[in-house]
Amino acid sequence: MASIKQNPDGQPLPDFRNAGVMLRVLLGVNLLALLAALVRSDGLADCLHDYVAMAAWLQPLLLFNLALLALLGNRLQGLALWNARSIVVLLAASSAVLLSALWSSLTFDEWGWQGLVRAGLLAGTAAAFMLSYLALRASALSPALIEARLQSLTARIRPHFLFNSLTAVISLIRLDPRRAESALEELAELFRALLRDPRQLVPIGDELALCRQYLDLEKLRLGERLQVEWSIGDPLPNLAVPPLLLQPLLENAVYHGIEPSAEGGTIRVGLLLRGEELHIDLANPSVALAEHSRGNHMALDNIRERLALHYDLEARLETGEVQLADGSREYRVHIVLPCGGRSR
Amino acid sequence: MSAIIAPSPVSVLIVDDEAPARARLRDLLADLAAELPNEVVAEAENGVVALGLIAAHQVDVALVDIRMPRMDGIEFARHLSRMQQPPAVIFVTAYDAYAVAAFELNAVDYLLKPVRSPRLLAALRKLRQQRQLSPAQLAQLQHSARSHLSCHERGRLLLIPVAGIIYLKAELKYVTARTREREFLVDESLTHLEQEFGDQFIRLHRSVLVARDAMIGFARSAADDAETQWQAMLCDIPERLPVSRRQWPLVKSLVRRTGG
Repeated sequence: MASIKQNPDGQPLPDFRNAGVMLRVLLGVNLLALLAALVRSDGLADCLHDYVAMAAWLQPLLLFNLALLALLGNRLQGLALWNARSIVVLLAASSAVLLSALWSSLTFDEWGWQGLVRAGLLAGTAAAFMLSYLALRASALSPALIEARLQSLTARIRPHFLFNSLTAVISLIRLDPRRAESALEELAELFRALLRDPRQLVPIGDELALCRQYLDLEKLRLGERLQVEWSIGDPLPNLAVPPLLLQPLLENAVYHGIEPSAEGGTIRVGLLLRGEELHIDLANPSVALAEHSRGNHMALDNIRERLALHYDLEARLETGEVQLADGSREYRVHIVLPCGGRSR
Repeated sequence: MSAIIAPSPVSVLIVDDEAPARARLRDLLADLAAELPNEVVAEAENGVVALGLIAAHQVDVALVDIRMPRMDGIEFARHLSRMQQPPAVIFVTAYDAYAVAAFELNAVDYLLKPVRSPRLLAALRKLRQQRQLSPAQLAQLQHSARSHLSCHERGRLLLIPVAGIIYLKAELKYVTARTREREFLVDESLTHLEQEFGDQFIRLHRSVLVARDAMIGFARSAADDAETQWQAMLCDIPERLPVSRRQWPLVKSLVRRTGG
């Protein structure tokens, strides 16, 4: 697999020396032939007879092509994707034409040029069909794709937060150097978490510690406007979670729930173990401004997709707005994680 | 005897919702005092407070954060630009790709956080030549509707929270904004106001926009006028507003939808 390049326009050519690929091509093309026979004939017996006649011509052609592709394998992989694909299709078409010509000269059947072209077209179409089927299959199953998706889904910090925090830390250096030191250390921890391999799960305790550090930094610049209430009842389960599962949600809560309000508000974080599930609740005041409802969903979609990739259907993420008794509105995120001790 | 007239220090207003950011600008300005005499005359945590302070202080330049609660920096600059002799505005932002692109396009000076002292000095030095964004350009920069309208009365700038306006009525050259307490004259066109506040207000007839939340019901007009059969009743004020025949179906459907 030396020459696998990043193909922006699709999956690389299938590996023609792979037995699975060969078998799929054999079965696939024969299935196509059976289908063609079914379309062409009137009855079932008729159809079978037709197919057998076709197969006698088809199998040598298929085997010849597969052998040729297996031999060419490496060289084809080196070519640009669409060139390689065209070559495969052309190969199938021209070998069909040649074989038909040979066949007709051996059996003294008169095929005529139209018959030869027809054989070429049929073989070329079948080849193109099989190529696209294999590409589709590869893209659906590729572990590389899942990894790439996980990579790209790595939570990103808001530049807004970074630069404002740096300003706050700089302003502290003259006033309170010790607090400035600890703030920079917290910032470093946050960035270490951001740079971590997104596929590696982390203990839930670590994620919560990171959240506290993050909120500490936000408190530095927002002061009394930001209040946080934690409620963690039971001892935490020994659960591994995708990294940066909660921090982006808290960042959302601060950005949309606290910053737009001059008075600020309270963010509530609750963890509850219920049976085999861990329930995580986040709540922040909802500021009714059109401007702030947009852009909220990126982090949410991101986390939802990461949960799906890690836990499939066993994890849930729900969001909603609730009217409180005092008339104010609250935005809530509810996450359910399985604690069966399994990971991806 | 010749007196040396020292140039009066540049008076600065700092507007930012984060206390550490304000402290940082204060420190930087103090460091620069030897090179460029300056004086921080006031600080504010948002645009509303800042506009209140402007009246009481002689301000040469305002250093203004963009993202702030209650009233953001862009809207603050918009209200400011309607004053007779507005102070210069230098925007300070942590990260706002959209605004920064607009500043670049219009050659307007701005500062990025964390602000560096040489940049701040350069910006203050070229204040005189500095271009300021026109009200129209500022309006384009703002993604959302303003939180306040402004009105000038006897040389004073008054702010009217949009949430408190019951209706807007066009009369000759001016638009009157009616709140629970009183009326204000606003120097804007009803058409522009309708475009900006279409989410909150609805047109009742040619010259009136009413706050959607302020309508509490409808009554038939006493006079059987062909043009206005219905009148809207408003909360908090006894006045009724005629609904034009053309707008009636729209107004009615809207009120029904919101359950009013």
